[in-house]
Amino acid sequence: MDVLKKVPVREQDPKVRATNFEEVCLGYNKEEAMEEASRCLKCKNNARCVGGCPVSINIPGFIKEVEEGNFQKAAEIIAESSALPAVCGRVCPQESQCEGKCVRGIKGEPISIGKLERFVADWSRENGFVPAKPETTNGKKVAVIGSGPAGLTCAGDLAKLGYEVTIFEALHEPGGVLIYGIPEFRLPKNTVVRHEVENVKKLGVKIETNVIIGKSVTIDQLLDEEGFEAVFIGSGAGLPKFMGIPGENANGVFSANEYLTRNNLMKAFREDYDTPIMRGKKVAVVGGGNVAMDAARTALRLGAEVHVVYRRSEAELPARVEEVHHAKEEGVIFNLLTNPVEILTDENDWVKGMVVRKMELGEPDASGRRRPVEIPGSDYTIDVDTVIMSLGTSPNPLISSTTEGLETNKRKCIIAEEHNGKTTKEGVYAGGDAVTGAATVILAMEAGKAGAKGIHEYLSQK
Amino acid sequence: MYKILKAEKLADKIYLMDVEAPRVAKRCQPGEFVIVKMDEVGERIPLTICDYDREKGIVTIVFQIVGASTLKMSALQAGDAFQDFVGPLGQPSEFVKEDLEEVKKRKYLFVAGGVGAAPVYPQVKWLHEHGIDADVIVGAKNKDLVILEDMMKEVAGNLYITTDDGSYVRKGMVTDVVKDLVEVQGKKYDVCVAIGPMIMMKFACKLTKELNIPTIVSMNPIMVDGTGMCGACRLSVGGEVKFACVDGPEFDGHLVNFDEAMKRQQMYKTAEGRAMLKAQEGDTHHGGCGHCGGDN
Repeated sequence: MDVLKKVPVREQDPKVRATNFEEVCLGYNKEEAMEEASRCLKCKNNARCVGGCPVSINIPGFIKEVEEGNFQKAAEIIAESSALPAVCGRVCPQESQCEGKCVRGIKGEPISIGKLERFVADWSRENGFVPAKPETTNGKKVAVIGSGPAGLTCAGDLAKLGYEVTIFEALHEPGGVLIYGIPEFRLPKNTVVRHEVENVKKLGVKIETNVIIGKSVTIDQLLDEEGFEAVFIGSGAGLPKFMGIPGENANGVFSANEYLTRNNLMKAFREDYDTPIMRGKKVAVVGGGNVAMDAARTALRLGAEVHVVYRRSEAELPARVEEVHHAKEEGVIFNLLTNPVEILTDENDWVKGMVVRKMELGEPDASGRRRPVEIPGSDYTIDVDTVIMSLGTSPNPLISSTTEGLETNKRKCIIAEEHNGKTTKEGVYAGGDAVTGAATVILAMEAGKAGAKGIHEYLSQK
Repeated sequence: MYKILKAEKLADKIYLMDVEAPRVAKRCQPGEFVIVKMDEVGERIPLTICDYDREKGIVTIVFQIVGASTLKMSALQAGDAFQDFVGPLGQPSEFVKEDLEEVKKRKYLFVAGGVGAAPVYPQVKWLHEHGIDADVIVGAKNKDLVILEDMMKEVAGNLYITTDDGSYVRKGMVTDVVKDLVEVQGKKYDVCVAIGPMIMMKFACKLTKELNIPTIVSMNPIMVDGTGMCGACRLSVGGEVKFACVDGPEFDGHLVNFDEAMKRQQMYKTAEGRAMLKAQEGDTHHGGCGHCGGDN
């Protein structure tokens, strides 16, 4: 074996997987995992990878156990820091976090930390490893709003500290973006997500679905009438954005949120589920983030020719490199430096095409990326029957507008302190996309951890 | 699970159910709605709240069979349960939030078409309980399709019923009655609330605009989550894009782009029709009719 190279991970063949919703990456088996683990240098002090992990998993520690075949011990080490290892092993941007800091990666390829984490998590699930439930509770009730990565992490941490935690979820199934947003082929719902949610429940956390905070009950009512002593808001960033161009309300134009929710939460891709989804023949996905890649690869699997239309160049694509790579392998076509100006419709208001404009890159803008500039007179029409807008999302104002004293910034994000999640309202903490705007699963988990710490400090002094 | 305590067929294809949903019953207001999901594979279906009992924790829903999912739902009986029942969703009717003294100064006219009588009922009831008697027009295709007549009579000031075919009370559209009340009988109304099929609301609004009566409509577009997340329910109101689920469902009817809304409502029509035929015909459904294409 070449110690400078990662043990390759098995994947479904691109041609085959482009037609199914099975998981793309097949993960390591025992032998592969132990071999990959043996490449780790097991840095002793201040391992750089741990510093790169938002939830500070003892990475060299668990990898050492994997190398020696002590998978349960490895799982216990990860469980000290993370409640969602099977999720994180699959969807974290490791290349810019733990693996980006790996010393092995200075000369050669970094250790496949994500794939090892995934292996340990999958092994624990298959072998029935269950995290230990705390023996006693302290009798203090905490409400967590939202069952996405921030909420689940916060709830899990608080339960371990002895709190009686109830998660309130607006949808009918817990998991937040892990359920409605990220597709099956990246994150299997039944095996992976449901299992990790069950593990959080096994810590003693209650989950009440179908409760919309701000409508079914308000935060003030939870605090004043239902006996909760603190609240953590992890309600995410769920509101879709549209471009505001002509034709955008035509039949066949969807937000990526709608398209993915139909497919992932409502399982529209399955014949035995009732929710319909538009199976376009030629689909344009507008945007270049991870969500755009998810929408594009979903449309592809539903049988369409798919074009990603993005106004900057490939270097500026906000999506993870791995996602872009997978999308290309599967046959998604990238129309870069291209921006929609109008959606054309037929007499019944169905999409029949999209007028786009060529762009070129100018000076860097506030985000540090080169600003796209329109090329005059470069308009042309692409022939599509479906358009999916994937332009980012913003937090839902439902909670902030119904909670006295909870302040938000001009982007409607809840104002909260980063290190403990403290908001402008006493006893109320917040974190994840509801605070930062749309970001990643692991950053939401970090904020969930911070919120749990903040709430514990607050209630310990109360 | 949300237990069904009563299931009643009100008319052809129209059903009423009392459902145990304490959180919703405790907070819901006239104008708001719920989303139900029958079972694991079911769709999320937005439905009208027809009535509620805060103490008993019961919400009354009324729905009409319009596709495969509502057809499946119509078979539910007392003792069965919905897997999911979430709400209240949307904004309450404006008068609920306004100064009651101001509301009392106004004369309200409600125009209900078909199953639209269900969402109109809690509004009229709320006004009645606050000492305001509203005039109510209920229109239906024929006598058998007039629903909630007795309940409505209890809470309405004057109740005017009309049927398209003249099989009950009078013959004519709801707009004919509006015209009659205002132009012939000389009644004055400060606000009209029109709820029913989109085509009815469109024509009601056309008329009330001519008559210069501010009009509120309740929109029922396609929805998925009902919390502002997907944008499936977006519509144009006064040139602006609004989400019916969180900004509505009630809007200024004179500003709503009904033509666009009606086209958007057709989006899954073919898929829905196919699913409905399949539900009705079971394994015998092979698309032999030559219309729906079967399962292909």
